[in-house]
Amino acid sequence: MTALLTLHAVTGAIAILFGRRLGRRAVYVAGLGPLVTFAWLIAEFGTILDREPITESVRWVPRLGLDFDLRADGFGALMLLLVAGIGVLVFVYSNAYFPPNKEGLGRLIGLVGLFAGSMVGLVLADNLLILYGFWELTTITSFLLIGNDHTDARARAAALQALLVTGAGGLAMLAGLLIVGHEAETFSLSGLIADPPAPSTALTVGLALVLVGAFSKSAQWPFHGWLPGAMVAPTPVSAYLHSATMVKAGVYLIARLAPAFAGPVGWWRPAVVTIGLTTMVVGGLRALRQTDLKLLLAFGTVSQLGMMVAVFGLGTADAVAAGSVLLLGHAAFKAAAFMVVGALDHAHGTRDLRRLPRPERGQRPVALIGAIAAASMAGVPFALGFVAKEYDLEALQHSPWAPGLVTAAAVVGSALTAAYSLRFFWGSIGRMATESPDPAVAARRSPPGLVVPGLVLTAATFVAGVVPDVLDRLVSASAASLRPTVGSVHLDVFHGFNLTLVLSLVALGGGALIFALRRPLEPVLALGGELPVTAATGYAAALRALNRTADRVTGVVQNGSLPIYLGVIVLTAAIVPGTLLLSGAWNDGDGAIVDSWSQAAIAALILGAAAAATALHRRFTAALFLGVVGYAMAGLFVVRGAPDLAVTQVGIETLTTVLFVLVLRRLPDRFEQRTAAPMRVLRIGVAVVVGLTVFGLALATGAEDPATTVSDTFIERAYPDGHGRNVVNVILVDFRGFDTLGEITVLAAAAIGAVALARAGRRPGGVRDSAAPPPVPLDRITVLEVSTKVVFIALSTAAIYLLLAGHNQPGGGFAGGIVAGAAVALRYISGGIESVRRLSRSKPWTPLGVGLITAAGAAIVPLLFGGSVLESGVHTLDVPVLGEVKLTSALAFDTGVFLVVIGLAMMVFESFGDDPPARSRDTAGGTR
Amino acid sequence: MSLAIVGLIGVLFAAGTYLLLQRTITRIIIGLGLIGNGTNLLLMATGGRPGATPVAGGGSEVTDPVPQALVLTAIVIGFAITSFLLALAWRNWTLDGNDEVEDDISDRRIARAERDTEADGAGASDERGDGA
Repeated sequence: MTALLTLHAVTGAIAILFGRRLGRRAVYVAGLGPLVTFAWLIAEFGTILDREPITESVRWVPRLGLDFDLRADGFGALMLLLVAGIGVLVFVYSNAYFPPNKEGLGRLIGLVGLFAGSMVGLVLADNLLILYGFWELTTITSFLLIGNDHTDARARAAALQALLVTGAGGLAMLAGLLIVGHEAETFSLSGLIADPPAPSTALTVGLALVLVGAFSKSAQWPFHGWLPGAMVAPTPVSAYLHSATMVKAGVYLIARLAPAFAGPVGWWRPAVVTIGLTTMVVGGLRALRQTDLKLLLAFGTVSQLGMMVAVFGLGTADAVAAGSVLLLGHAAFKAAAFMVVGALDHAHGTRDLRRLPRPERGQRPVALIGAIAAASMAGVPFALGFVAKEYDLEALQHSPWAPGLVTAAAVVGSALTAAYSLRFFWGSIGRMATESPDPAVAARRSPPGLVVPGLVLTAATFVAGVVPDVLDRLVSASAASLRPTVGSVHLDVFHGFNLTLVLSLVALGGGALIFALRRPLEPVLALGGELPVTAATGYAAALRALNRTADRVTGVVQNGSLPIYLGVIVLTAAIVPGTLLLSGAWNDGDGAIVDSWSQAAIAALILGAAAAATALHRRFTAALFLGVVGYAMAGLFVVRGAPDLAVTQVGIETLTTVLFVLVLRRLPDRFEQRTAAPMRVLRIGVAVVVGLTVFGLALATGAEDPATTVSDTFIERAYPDGHGRNVVNVILVDFRGFDTLGEITVLAAAAIGAVALARAGRRPGGVRDSAAPPPVPLDRITVLEVSTKVVFIALSTAAIYLLLAGHNQPGGGFAGGIVAGAAVALRYISGGIESVRRLSRSKPWTPLGVGLITAAGAAIVPLLFGGSVLESGVHTLDVPVLGEVKLTSALAFDTGVFLVVIGLAMMVFESFGDDPPARSRDTAGGTR
Repeated sequence: MSLAIVGLIGVLFAAGTYLLLQRTITRIIIGLGLIGNGTNLLLMATGGRPGATPVAGGGSEVTDPVPQALVLTAIVIGFAITSFLLALAWRNWTLDGNDEVEDDISDRRIARAERDTEADGAGASDERGDGA
């Protein structure tokens, strides 16, 4: 079965890709899929009809319940017969229908092939999620087929409508399937039906969502609007997709689920049967007013699908059998009827019943097909449609829910069906022509390719209508696979003079009467189009409302002011956990207001500096106070026993201050103050809320005992596993080395971004703008220069020491790199950017890249020796002077970190240290 | 954890948020810096009581090393972010002569379009009403 699906996919793809070269031969290529499937089905028919389903399973993601399970049972075989059988006929028909040189024939035919494959997958899938996948594939192929004539705006709109309606339904169905699968604890379709979960609220919601998907796909009221629109597709496509196969997907799913859920879930029958019968009547009324034969058939399809949903929705034993017969009967007569319309269109260039002429001699076969198809549609005895209608009315009479009402509604619907069937037949043989045929269009005889497939279908309709026994085995197997308690079914044409026969005759007679009295009844029939919410207006209104709502929401929520966006985000982030905190445990620390007086003094310093940084309106001063906060933080780190942090913080703060100085020297001294007072109050309000929440959060986290297990493990294992005594460094370069690798990558990215932004617009290669004034050299002071060199060397040595010693004592790659960066800053201050550039011949991004590669290499190398990523190794060297030196692989990693941080510092000077081409006065004046 | 530190964290966040909501990029950067410092302090505070330097084989009562490792990288990344944002401010200055965050023009356009269609819709329905 997997092979069949693959065949469809491959042949469809070939037809699409090589369509131009293949020409009409594309039909043979893509038709191979349905043909082989049909042959396979015939070969396996005996096995399946003996009620032994053929299964196939490819394991995919078993843990998610997602396996590629395929299962061909009786009902599956029945659907497959329609999909493959009618598929073959449609391909034969297409071969004659399309002109050989038709543009894009390969694509069209290939898509039909792909669609056929999706449909085969849909009816074979035994996993709900796989079924959903094929379901959506049919939606997409259908969208492409409806919109095949992409130069026609009408086709595009119809395709979009079909996609939106069935796609939205499909999404609802996915949610529903997930809920149902969760409730059933299985995603196997057969498993779900064999052992349905007990009714619950979740199951109700899930099933309702699944039904929405099924209704939208099978064009049930109020989602039916897309199906008539889909008639812009070429007629063979309409015959296949929009009458015989795809629209039956929803019916298929309802048929599968109904026996399991119709009984236990109380609302199922009222809801499903009501929707089905409403659709039947609405579709019938609309069909009676159409003059385009194709549209007439489309609304007829809507009506018939309603009947199928109602019958299958009952889920009773006689309903599943009756539904199976209806499915077969409808597919046969509706595909044939569409083929008749296609042949008429081909012959006369119109399908409007007001213009179609009476058939000439050579066109009699087409008229005959139309007659038999219409008779079967109407339910005239000795056609399969009659047999189906008998069993359906029988099943509806025994409905466990409101049998009288549903039977009456079905009889009304059947009468309407009979009426529009007559209208179809009458119109197709030119009896309703009001205009004389256009003499300019010479009638063409229909070639055999347009007639034979219809003849095959009508022959089947007639034979099965006279001797329905031929379908006994198929219908029995189908019914039994849906509802295992069903015994073998025997089909008969004549059941004696009973109520059902009377009802059938009433429907036929009523239909004839309606058709005969169509002129006086016109105002009544017009009601069908005047229902309060017709599908077309409903769809348009929904689409408009959606767009309007989206615009309005965007207009309100996104007014364009970034501070407001940020305010909303920050406030949400504060209020949501804040309210949770209010109900949580509170803790007043360990009772102490302050841990020590030194700490209190530092805290007061930070407080004052932060306040100053916030309130001051001078850029420079505010930045300097931020620096004060940072340096004071380093003091706190020392007090709290974190010397690594203190060293790093001091280095970083130095670099940050230099950075601010470099950038802010270009910007105006003061901030422009343009904020209105209410805005300021709002900002302060948000700020206070955030501050309070964080305050509460800090208190609450303090309330928990610090998570000691991880920390204790790290402390214990730092030396034995990480070969280092400095636990912080071991965590960084060993235990959590992968995180660090990610972090230095972020550093590198930020540094590259900063350089790119700062140097954007400058001339490549660092060529100076000759027009710009030469940089003003700082006054050279020998003492400064010499002392700088001395300090630089000292700092560099310290940096390298920190790097090497960092594994066992405070220090490490980050701290070392930052100190080295500070040394670079010193060079810059004394000698400008040229002095920094003279440090090495390499560009500043070289250490950045080398560092990143070193660290990544240290992470990967252990893999080569069969270890895991970042596994640390140790090698002890006996160096003559220094004694025993331990070399750990972590050191290589740390060196990478060290280089990245140095690179970062150098990049910063490269970005901003250069005297920029100052904004020339006139352009600056121009923008002000 | 002492109340003074907890209060300090709250103040740093409040001041940082206030600055974050400004339009001047420089102030936003300073605000981010304050929030970053507050976060580092918060991380440290979750480590429990202060103690000796976490060096294996050292004292018995050591500070929790995990928050320290987190803060260490946070400090460096904070610097990288600051430099990136300063580059943004710089670029904005060279292009526009200011370092203000402007309103998102495309968002404003949508809001305006929405108002327009609303006005049109009202007008259209009026016309229909007249026709009937």
